[in-house]
Amino acid sequence: MPMELTQSRIQKIWLPNDNRPALPRRSCGPQLANSPTVIVMVGLPARGKTYISKKLTRYLNWIGVPTKVFNVGEYRREAVKHYSSYDFFRPDNEEAMKVRRQCALAALRDVKQYLTEEAGQIAVFDATNTTRERRGMILNFAKENGFKEVKLSSPDYRDCNSTDAMEDFMKRINCYQASYQPLDPDDYDRELSLIKVIDVGRRFLVNRVQDHIQSRIVYYLMNIHVQPRTIYLCRHGESEFNLKGKIGGDSGLSNRGKKFALALNKFVEEQNLKDLKVWTSQLKRTIQTAEALQLPYEQWKALNEIDAGVCEEMTYEEIRDQHPEEFVLRDQDKYYYRYPSGESYQDLVQRLEPVIMELERQENVLVICHQAVMRCLLAYFLDKSADEMPYLKCPLHTVLKLTPVAYGCRVESISLNIEAVNTHRERPEVSAALPQPFPGVPFLSPMVTRQCRCPGWAWGDYCTVRCLEVPLELHRGSCSAKMWPIKGFPRENDSCMCLLPSVLAQMKVHPGIGLSWALTFAFAIICLPKEGMDYWMEKVASPKCPSWLAEPKLSGSSNISILCVFPGMPTAPRGYQSAVL
Amino acid sequence: MAGARGCEGRAGPGCAGGAVPPGAGRRPRMAAAASPSRELTQNPLQKTWEPYDNGLPAGHSAQRGVCMTNCPTLIVMVGLPARGKTYISKKLTRYLNWIGVPTKEFNVGQYRRDLVKKYKSFEFFLPDNEEGLKIRKQCALAALNDVRQYLSEENGHVAVFDATNTTRERRETIYKFGEENGYKTFFVESVCVDPEVIAANIVQVKLGSPDYVDCSNDEATEDFMKRIECYKNSYETLDETLDKDLSYIKIMDVGRSYLVNRVMDHIQSRIVYYLMNIHVTPRSIYLCRHGESELNLKGRIGGDPGLSVRGKEFAKSLAQFINEQNIKDLKVWTSQMKRTIQTAEALGVPYEQWKVLNEIDAGVCEEMTYEEIQENYPLEFALRDQDKYRYRYPKGESYEDLVQRLEPVIMELERQENVLVICHQAVMRCLLAYFLDKPAEQLPYLKCPLHTVLKLTPVAYGCKVESIFLNVEAVNTHRDKPENVDISRPPEEALVTVPAHQ
Repeated sequence: MPMELTQSRIQKIWLPNDNRPALPRRSCGPQLANSPTVIVMVGLPARGKTYISKKLTRYLNWIGVPTKVFNVGEYRREAVKHYSSYDFFRPDNEEAMKVRRQCALAALRDVKQYLTEEAGQIAVFDATNTTRERRGMILNFAKENGFKEVKLSSPDYRDCNSTDAMEDFMKRINCYQASYQPLDPDDYDRELSLIKVIDVGRRFLVNRVQDHIQSRIVYYLMNIHVQPRTIYLCRHGESEFNLKGKIGGDSGLSNRGKKFALALNKFVEEQNLKDLKVWTSQLKRTIQTAEALQLPYEQWKALNEIDAGVCEEMTYEEIRDQHPEEFVLRDQDKYYYRYPSGESYQDLVQRLEPVIMELERQENVLVICHQAVMRCLLAYFLDKSADEMPYLKCPLHTVLKLTPVAYGCRVESISLNIEAVNTHRERPEVSAALPQPFPGVPFLSPMVTRQCRCPGWAWGDYCTVRCLEVPLELHRGSCSAKMWPIKGFPRENDSCMCLLPSVLAQMKVHPGIGLSWALTFAFAIICLPKEGMDYWMEKVASPKCPSWLAEPKLSGSSNISILCVFPGMPTAPRGYQSAVL
Repeated sequence: MAGARGCEGRAGPGCAGGAVPPGAGRRPRMAAAASPSRELTQNPLQKTWEPYDNGLPAGHSAQRGVCMTNCPTLIVMVGLPARGKTYISKKLTRYLNWIGVPTKEFNVGQYRRDLVKKYKSFEFFLPDNEEGLKIRKQCALAALNDVRQYLSEENGHVAVFDATNTTRERRETIYKFGEENGYKTFFVESVCVDPEVIAANIVQVKLGSPDYVDCSNDEATEDFMKRIECYKNSYETLDETLDKDLSYIKIMDVGRSYLVNRVMDHIQSRIVYYLMNIHVTPRSIYLCRHGESELNLKGRIGGDPGLSVRGKEFAKSLAQFINEQNIKDLKVWTSQMKRTIQTAEALGVPYEQWKVLNEIDAGVCEEMTYEEIQENYPLEFALRDQDKYRYRYPKGESYEDLVQRLEPVIMELERQENVLVICHQAVMRCLLAYFLDKPAEQLPYLKCPLHTVLKLTPVAYGCKVESIFLNVEAVNTHRDKPENVDISRPPEEALVTVPAHQ
């Protein structure tokens, strides 16, 4: 009788004793997709395909569905080191057509490997895929391998302004336009699963939604928007329990916590935001904090702190003494670890998913929440892995200001200068030291919480850098150690391109340029190799917008194209590093 | 169930219900702009912290403004007769009420039937029947009047206006009506060209309509087909260009594809998500609880015990029952508690564990008997009897919380075909309330005995329920609402409805 069950120690899941391997691993909810899914982007260049691919991938990874983007453009850049001009993309350039087809095939091979051998569940195939013939090829590929496929055609920007600076790019778009066959759900593509996103999400056409994950994707895409806005995350003010080192509970604010609430009020007033929404949990300490603001607020039970079960209201010392085994287990895998009769970070992510969905819908929001909750939310915006998430630094009395830019999110950390206890417990030593991404570069502890000085920060300021070109091996999933072969960075400011915060902000709202431009701009930056970049800079960085770019004198290393430098970030997202200018 | 679940009126502090940002255990509560001197007091029933000003609850006056930011929504159905408009209306209304958004449907056909008692034939619907046109217009106006009453005076949040609305002119009238009253208007059009689907729909719901009590099926079908013809000439579908400024969803061929335009707010995106997940393929949903547990025997609530001997017997009977039913592609879902997993293990089929299916969290009362709760927390016990739906256990959950937590389960149940859900008493009550459209007051008292499978089969506009007892004895765990729910009641009156246990 297989009714004898044993509880797994980390996740606290009941498993039958007979070691059958096929039990569900997911702790929350059903299998999202029954068979691996290939999401195929369709659309002309500069329609935000890469934006959607990346954002969707970030969301799916966060909710626990292993997902990866395969950008064919990157394969092409690897294959053809020297990009000369749009001629490459002309439909009558036979040599180039061959190269491009080869790149698509190489990417598909990697998709196959990812989905069948690396336990990936969803692959996002990011290329123009504008012809039926190409889409037919991908469909056959998916059928042969038993993958489900869903087409995702991306926004057409009706009022996409073309400027002189865009000339080459526009020509390149024209090369596709001649052969563009849009998805046609009424007739030719009737049997396909597809989603057509029209006019930046104003209209959607959805055909043959097959399973849970596809309907989730549709729901997500309907909720995201590209209006400029800012999200503020902070924790409640220091609580009585924080002072005593106890976790959980429902205590009120300490004196310093109350001071923080007042300081937060002042800060929010100074930010002078239009229609700021304030959300709290249903625990006393966040509500007390919100009460100090002269604003209406909403209480969400889903924002309550992680439920520590039997360990609620204990100090870490008490947990170590009374539940020594639990204490050790939690350190072994903090993301999956579930407190007895409580929750894990993984549970928390599931609980917070509606909050993320609503955050995507909203514009300016201040979320007053808790340490573990804030880590989960932050991990979503900064694309942090499950491994990093439970160790993100979210100190008390510090506001994180998140502003969506291009494909990611800019973070500023603002300490409101009210003392508070430190509640962060470092990852224990046992885990292997991570490879040092910038050998020889002074490396800051991410404890930086000083007020960010923007715009126009100077040498010696804290900053975060992002290498916008990484070796291709990274994208093929095998190499991570060779991820940052950057030499001499960042001593020489002019060897990299600095996108100043003011510039980044400008990218979102610059009149007459608009979003599509910003997207294109980021698209081009990220993708072009050094030589292409030189060319592009010459063409694109016209006198019309000189303030956008510092002159790029790219360094000798062929591996690096561009570094993006952001001001002080206490917790650098994946692919970013803290450093000193 | 037009009632206002989870919402004591849009102006009140429990306004949670309407403004609905989303999901699982997640309905936000709203509070007003602060005056600096406010103290927090915990509401004893719902355990929420509320600001008090000089000993009085603050926020009653200021809250209205906040909640109104989500203005009422008018959902307008569009489509020829027999395209499933009423099906969608009713289903959507049921769903929205269940998640706590007070919603009511207004079926213009019903108004017509009330006004013109005796239906003669399709000729009533001919476009040149002036008498008929006048009556129909009158009915539409009467319905809109009631919509206004419901949304503006009775604290309704969503009204579903169920009529053909096939002309652009008519839709414009309704849109203007919405604008004048400060409602957001969202159109739901069902387009269907498959004659088989239309015929099936006529057989399923139209032949039983009061319009056709006196005629044969063939006569009725013929008349109805002609009725459809009456609309066809003037039918103007929602157009990508002409109607580009409207918010709408167009459903093609019962969900083969959807066109969604200008989704304006949270509630609209929820509606779209829901409509994309429902389907009409015949199927059955089986609900049952785990087998009797060790704690059931002792009359204790919550905990994570294993099955009793009789509980294990039930698990075997369930396996046999499922085999006999011979169900195609049955999915089995359990909670993450030992007792449901033990039950599912006996079936010998794959199953999926959902944490959200776990039993209601009784917080400090976990693993207690009702007698112990009365002894240790008499006030809590009485409060629970006063409003069992909204009552939240200290450090635990309420039924209201549970409904929010279960929303993704409902969504996935709507997507799936045959499913067996092995869950728990409170969870099963919430799921059942959704399928049977039970209001919040009845939900916590629905009867879900142990060792009994409920088979739910969707029919026409509702759900058929069969209750199958598997003939394995079990303790009774159902406690009815006692007569006396006063906080000063004597213990024996509090315990009078407690079922017998060891």
